[in-house]
Amino acid sequence: MKYLALVYYDEKVMERMSQQEWDVLNRECMECVASLTANGHFITGSPLLPTSSATTVRMRDNRITTTDGPFAETKEQLAGFYMLEARDLNEAIALAGKIPPARYGSIEVRPTRELREEGNQAGGNAGTKPTGNRALTDHQ
Amino acid sequence: MQNLNAHVGKNIDNNTGTSAHNKSESMPPVTRTWLNQFYETESRRVLATLIRLLGDFDLAEEALHEAFTAALTQWPVDGVPDNPRAWLVSTGRFKAIDQIRRRARFTVSYEDIAEQLESELATEDEEEQGIEDDRLRLIFTCCHPAIAPEAQLALTLREVCGLTTEEIASAFLTSTPTLAQRIVRAKAKIRDAGIPYEVPEPEQLPERLQSVLHVIYLIFNEGYSASSGNSLLRHDLAAEAIRLARLLCQLLPDPEVEGLLALMLLQDSRRAARVSPEGDLILLEQQDRTLWDQQQIREGIGLVLRALGSRRFGSYSLQAAIAAVHAEAPNMDATDWQQIVGLYDALLERYPSPIVELNRAVAIAMRDGAEQGLQLIDALLARGALSDYHLAHAARADLCRRLGHLDDARAAYERALTLAQQGPEQRFLHRRLAELAEN
Repeated sequence: MKYLALVYYDEKVMERMSQQEWDVLNRECMECVASLTANGHFITGSPLLPTSSATTVRMRDNRITTTDGPFAETKEQLAGFYMLEARDLNEAIALAGKIPPARYGSIEVRPTRELREEGNQAGGNAGTKPTGNRALTDHQ
Repeated sequence: MQNLNAHVGKNIDNNTGTSAHNKSESMPPVTRTWLNQFYETESRRVLATLIRLLGDFDLAEEALHEAFTAALTQWPVDGVPDNPRAWLVSTGRFKAIDQIRRRARFTVSYEDIAEQLESELATEDEEEQGIEDDRLRLIFTCCHPAIAPEAQLALTLREVCGLTTEEIASAFLTSTPTLAQRIVRAKAKIRDAGIPYEVPEPEQLPERLQSVLHVIYLIFNEGYSASSGNSLLRHDLAAEAIRLARLLCQLLPDPEVEGLLALMLLQDSRRAARVSPEGDLILLEQQDRTLWDQQQIREGIGLVLRALGSRRFGSYSLQAAIAAVHAEAPNMDATDWQQIVGLYDALLERYPSPIVELNRAVAIAMRDGAEQGLQLIDALLARGALSDYHLAHAARADLCRRLGHLDDARAAYERALTLAQQGPEQRFLHRRLAELAEN
């Protein structure tokens, strides 16, 4: 399965790092990517520039509106992403735990979904019907 | 299960002398009661295996149901198969393949799934071997930390224990649709996020086992400490938790699993003594210890000793050891408080928490005097750690009362009363306040 590991941390905390600390962390990330690649888990990924460089775009009534900054103010900000190939969630969790910024912030692990011509998963009418009581006694 | 096999085999052999598959008029009828009982003991095992084979909770539940329906019509006529469990698994699987085939008329991809399932068909013996492991897999899947905690509880009770959605909803004082929705979401998460159906790898096992033990203990506490709602159903939760821990002990022998089972048995042993016939809470000090269940105590103490002897025990075993010291004491004064304080010291050193400190303070008060305990509780409250915890104020009030500081005691009971949530606890605090007013 493909999982997207979204790396979040508090930018303010990271900004307080010395240049040397920051470089050490970046080298760790390079090693992490190298190791994930060697093991066939790394599909793609990249660190991001800080949210101060973000622009949010919306299309409404056929008009593009553009605003400065990320779409929402949060305590931790999106700082990068890894697209991973993993056998299942347990493996994905183990891989995400090795992403160096996991020590400072959070890694959100999300399975990806396929785009299909029809019958797409989630969204739309995604509600599943609850299963009832299937005890043997129901059918006597 | 051995007993059941023996029972089935004996009856059939005695009466017919032929194999179970042969039809015989002299064979005892497979009654509905017998089948219901068989369903009780076997359905969760069969379900666990079907979930592994089919990779889908809902499909597996449907298959389980269809397999039992088939048994209901076939077994009374043809006799019980030699290996009824494996028969149910393989019947359930064929029914599921049929079901997928019916759906395949509309979607091509289902046909691939059906073919794959058919190609994986194992012999009944092979299936039999995996069944116990499947129950363990099911427990770990239902208690996966990636599922919301309340959904872990609901899913475990539904899938592992076989409680109905209605039973779980009423035990947790939730509406059935809310609970059903919780279970549906949890199953969707298992499917969509790719939560595997497996016992975790050794390096993940300790952490994941903690999550399983936590779920079991939460189920127990829901049944043990809450007295609101239907008390009968809530006691069932405590019994379910004990049964789950027993199952886990069998499947995955581990000192902490034994420790948790011991802790629950020792706490449950006091069940008859801790609530008055009017539903009021009775503290350890006033409990009629002749009402304590000696069999549960013996079993609990045996398990604690084994767990502690392993030297790989954890917090549950230490808490069980404390409960065991209480269980061995004929009354409050004859309790070995020295040993209890020592166990709290060990607990605090490994698993520091303000609640453990509070309990240790109470034990110190019993060993060294109320004044010493009160100092510790006041220091704890001054830190602000437990200022909203009603039992911290109730404990402070009790020590003040013993020391004759009645105004302080009254204020602390009143504070506890504003924080207490449960009816019996509130009534207890009211009683204490009324007693103070008499003095």
